[in-house]
Amino acid sequence: MRLLRLSQLGFVALLVLFSTGAEDATMRYNALGHKMMCVCGCSQILIECNHVGCQDSRQMLTELWTDVSRGDSDTTILKAFQANYGAIALAAPMFTRFNQAAWLAPPLVLLLGMGLIVALVRKWRLRTVDMPAVSETAGFLQIRDQIRKETEL
Amino acid sequence: MSAFGSFALLFALALSLYNLGAGAIALRQLATGTQGSISPERLAETARRAGIGGFIAVSAAAFALVWAAFTNDFSVSYILHHSNRALPGPYKFAALWSGQEGSLLLWAWLLAVYGFVLRVRHKVDVQLTAYASTILSGIQFFFLLLLNFAAPPFSLVAGEVPQDGFGLNPLLQYPEMVIHPPMLYLGYVGFSVPFAFALGALMMRYPGDKWIHITRRWTMVTWLFLTCGIFLGAHWAYAVLGWGGYWGWDPVENASLMPWLTGTAFLHSVMMQEKRGMMKTWNVWLIFSTFMLTILGTLLTRSGIVSSVHAFAQSAIGTWFWIFLVIVLAVCLFTFILQRDHLKTEHRLESLISRESSFLFNNLVLLTACFTVLWGTLFPVLSEYVQGEKVTVSAPFYNRVAVPIGLFLLFLTSIGPLLAWRSSSFKSIRKNFVLPAAAACITALVLIACGVHPWENQGSFYSFVAWSLAALVITAVGSEFLRGAGVIHRHTGQNLVASMVQLTRRNTRRYGGYIVHFGVVVIFIGLAGSAFNQSKEQELNFRQSMTLGPYRLQCLSYTQESNLNYDSEYALLDVYRDGRKITQLAPEKRFYIASQQTSTIVANHSTLAWDLYVVYAGKDPDSGHPIIKVFLNPLVAWIWIGVGIIVFGTGVALTPNLKAAFVANRVRMPIASPEVPANVALSGGGD
Repeated sequence: MRLLRLSQLGFVALLVLFSTGAEDATMRYNALGHKMMCVCGCSQILIECNHVGCQDSRQMLTELWTDVSRGDSDTTILKAFQANYGAIALAAPMFTRFNQAAWLAPPLVLLLGMGLIVALVRKWRLRTVDMPAVSETAGFLQIRDQIRKETEL
Repeated sequence: MSAFGSFALLFALALSLYNLGAGAIALRQLATGTQGSISPERLAETARRAGIGGFIAVSAAAFALVWAAFTNDFSVSYILHHSNRALPGPYKFAALWSGQEGSLLLWAWLLAVYGFVLRVRHKVDVQLTAYASTILSGIQFFFLLLLNFAAPPFSLVAGEVPQDGFGLNPLLQYPEMVIHPPMLYLGYVGFSVPFAFALGALMMRYPGDKWIHITRRWTMVTWLFLTCGIFLGAHWAYAVLGWGGYWGWDPVENASLMPWLTGTAFLHSVMMQEKRGMMKTWNVWLIFSTFMLTILGTLLTRSGIVSSVHAFAQSAIGTWFWIFLVIVLAVCLFTFILQRDHLKTEHRLESLISRESSFLFNNLVLLTACFTVLWGTLFPVLSEYVQGEKVTVSAPFYNRVAVPIGLFLLFLTSIGPLLAWRSSSFKSIRKNFVLPAAAACITALVLIACGVHPWENQGSFYSFVAWSLAALVITAVGSEFLRGAGVIHRHTGQNLVASMVQLTRRNTRRYGGYIVHFGVVVIFIGLAGSAFNQSKEQELNFRQSMTLGPYRLQCLSYTQESNLNYDSEYALLDVYRDGRKITQLAPEKRFYIASQQTSTIVANHSTLAWDLYVVYAGKDPDSGHPIIKVFLNPLVAWIWIGVGIIVFGTGVALTPNLKAAFVANRVRMPIASPEVPANVALSGGGD
């Protein structure tokens, strides 16, 4: 009885292990397929290539499935595809050498712009302190008048 | 008819040259106070009339091309390559913009239409309109040069004329293609008008900011056209290309997005100039950049610099655009350097926590997004130049880089309305922000409880953040409406809905803008659903079925049909949910006889929760059974609903304020006093 229960547990554990592995492989295959391009010239993501009878995507997807089933790491697979089909087979450049510029430039521009705005406001605020109080009051009254007009009820 | 069309184009070229030359001389004489044999006013008037004549000539050319398509005049090379006898009427009309030459003619015609409206309404401000009209004629001259010498649409076929044409690209044989390109081009071309006004105002050192008031409606209408054009394109891609998505970050798509982003930034920052006399240089360069981006986008996709699935055939036309772009940049730079002292700001930012700085941050984020799109589009070219290897920059890059920028923009959308002009206190922000922040937190908790786990993958994380931020913005915008409506309700006793309508009509621009923001949020809600897309592909024989999500699809039959234009294969599928039949779908694949090309006709069952998107992927060569690919795409319908809300909101923002309209009516009533300008009361409102 105990043996039977143990064997049942072992079977379930094996089933879970295999099914988890299968799901994991399918998910990785799906994720990696979205990180590559079909090289047939359709400019579509590999796994989304919808050309009937497209030989390139079929071959690449078969290759991808083999690599994923073998347990190769994502980086190894991507590098292998880059070596076989050229850098255009990857849907986005890898974070290497000059390609780093592609990834870093946009956030750098954003940070630089934010820094500039903060610096500009600080500089302007320092100048506004010296402004005569009369014009401040006049401006304030003008704005208040405008607000009153806009929200006139 | 081809001779008539060619002559019309040549005549239009001559008229635009006269408009440009005579207009420039007249404006120069007016500026310097000199006079020739004809008075500058009369010369300027002849230039204006030449511009109106140019509109008639370009319209005649466009009519000639459409006529040639409808009469199957295959002696015209363009018609031979883009039409055929069996092509249905609406698509023959669409042939006008289906190829390079035709689309350039459409561009020139729309520019002529905009120019016509501007010249007819010249009394709004005669001198400024004369400057804008002359600048527009310069742009028109460039496009007419192209049409006459580089890409003539009326070239004749050499040798014997074929009996039938090669047909229209099958991907373009879809109802939306009859309206998507004109809408997009109305947006592209429309930005020429605010550009011309801005450049003209700078050239003539136009006093004050009236040019902003004059161009505000032009800019908003143009922006609306571009928005509709972009989303119609997205819907077309979704319905026709059959890959289950609506945006592929293709260079052609990116080319339309870039001017939209800078145009949106302009629409926001221009309010700072109107209200506080700030950001004058910034605004001028924003509109210059927007116009140049429309040209750059066209250059990128027509010159072959970047490859695209739907770019026009590569041709030498790119050189023309390069030259034009350099000339435009040089003129803008030269004018700016000469007149930059005219753009001195009247006020300065006083606090980081103010409506002004929220606009500034909003502009920064929009421009960073534009830079990201441009950078991603051009990086393959740059990479090839620097490291000798072409790389691909596609969806994974943009998802990782542009999506966080978009989410930051969404966050700013919630803060902006809560801030006051000049300066806000932390106390007031805290007070106004408590409710939206609470709504965002509750939404986040509900999402986690419903199984959205942001820690699982990047897509889930972005969707989680987008939906939480959407709750933040909706509550912020909603509370703004409620607060204002509450005051009206207390004063007038009207119910809340009527009070909201009243509130909106009192300041259409502000509340119309909030409605547009709400539309943008709804679009974000729809876009965020894409992280949970599912798909499945299966071969189906008679009575076999497949299941995806809550749906079961059963194959009833598969068959073939033919008509004069195409042969088609399709499958009839019954769709069941919870054991009950809900609809029948017929995904199809067509083979167009004239062009010898195939096309997918997607079958889509759309609900507010998700789209059941079914593609006939072909037949298995061994078994002969159809292969059906099914996608379950959540929340897609909300994207199109969001666009509808944006259209409505922009319409509201375009209408005059209740009070202003009332004043305008009162002004117009005594017709006997024509010296009162009719537009005097139309510039009311404000944010």
